[in-house]
Amino acid sequence: MTDAIPCDPKYYELLEQLQVLDFALVELNLYLNTHPEDLKAIEQFNQLTQERTRLANQFQELYGPLQNFGRAYSKCPWEWNQTPWPWQV
Amino acid sequence: MDSQERVWKPYRGPFDPCPPIPYKTYVVPPNLFIPFQPPGLPQFPLNEALRAGTLWPALYSPYESKAGKGGVKG
Amino acid sequence: MWVYEKKLQYPVRVSKCDVRMAKYLLEQYGGADGELSAALRYLNQRYTIPDKVIGVLNDIGTEEFAHLEMIATMVYKLTKDASVHELEAAGLGANYAQRDHAMFYQNAEGVPWTSAYIQAKGDPIADLYEDIAAEEKARATYQWLIDMTDDVDLQDSLKFLREREIVHSLRFKESVQILIDERDKKRIF
Repeated sequence: MTDAIPCDPKYYELLEQLQVLDFALVELNLYLNTHPEDLKAIEQFNQLTQERTRLANQFQELYGPLQNFGRAYSKCPWEWNQTPWPWQV
Repeated sequence: MDSQERVWKPYRGPFDPCPPIPYKTYVVPPNLFIPFQPPGLPQFPLNEALRAGTLWPALYSPYESKAGKGGVKG
Repeated sequence: MWVYEKKLQYPVRVSKCDVRMAKYLLEQYGGADGELSAALRYLNQRYTIPDKVIGVLNDIGTEEFAHLEMIATMVYKLTKDASVHELEAAGLGANYAQRDHAMFYQNAEGVPWTSAYIQAKGDPIADLYEDIAAEEKARATYQWLIDMTDDVDLQDSLKFLREREIVHSLRFKESVQILIDERDKKRIF
């Protein structure tokens, strides 16, 4: 987390943008589990997944990894166990 | 949309000790009226969807606190 | 396996120092109809439910853990800086005596969580109806919790969680319908 200070205004802004996209993806995912033939919804899911990946990369570049176990790169020192944790912000 | 609230009047016994509650309410949320969600329902803009807790206005159920809105610091 | 994501599903803000609410919120942490019960109930039912609806249980069960984390965040924020006296006044004195500010999977009355709260009956219809009932009970609990606070920020997060119960309930109802519609399948495997 050398690029930006955690909990600066931009952190909350980016975090919420990510929450917005991820929430739509949760909703579409649950919907598609019972509507597996809805092609339009699948297209929307795939398109939002692409946007989500881009935004998550931007977030992680500034504030460190979102996921553990090899789903995101780390700078030195090891970034994963740095604060803040979700319940602290 | 139809109201999501139903009202009923509790029976008043002759020896009830407390001042009676005139009526009681319960919520009938929209999922009760949708047997199987049809495809292509209109969606909230994504930022509003997060705030609403659902992507689809047809599934949205408002609920207001009986304690009102106190805002900050009590 | 599960991979943790270092963010809440929905922003949790608490703008009023109200330790009393922390105790009541425990109902959705370690209560019978709480988020822990929900997550464990659905994930445990996955193993014996027909393939067509495993995904529904898997994903809703996973989302419930995100809700559990939101409830924990509320309790954490409400109790983090509370003095012993404030905790006692809010009915959390016994909790302090046992574990300081640490959390425990218990309901609002202090009853420890038990797996007896959840069921897998092995009958897909019985299981899905239990799940629908669980969602409606959790929705009702959120209503009563919303009624007990005038903190608009806390209300906001609780309203989000209440709405999720409604969506989940619908998905379980659709799952029942999917299983009903299997009637034309013959036993030729």
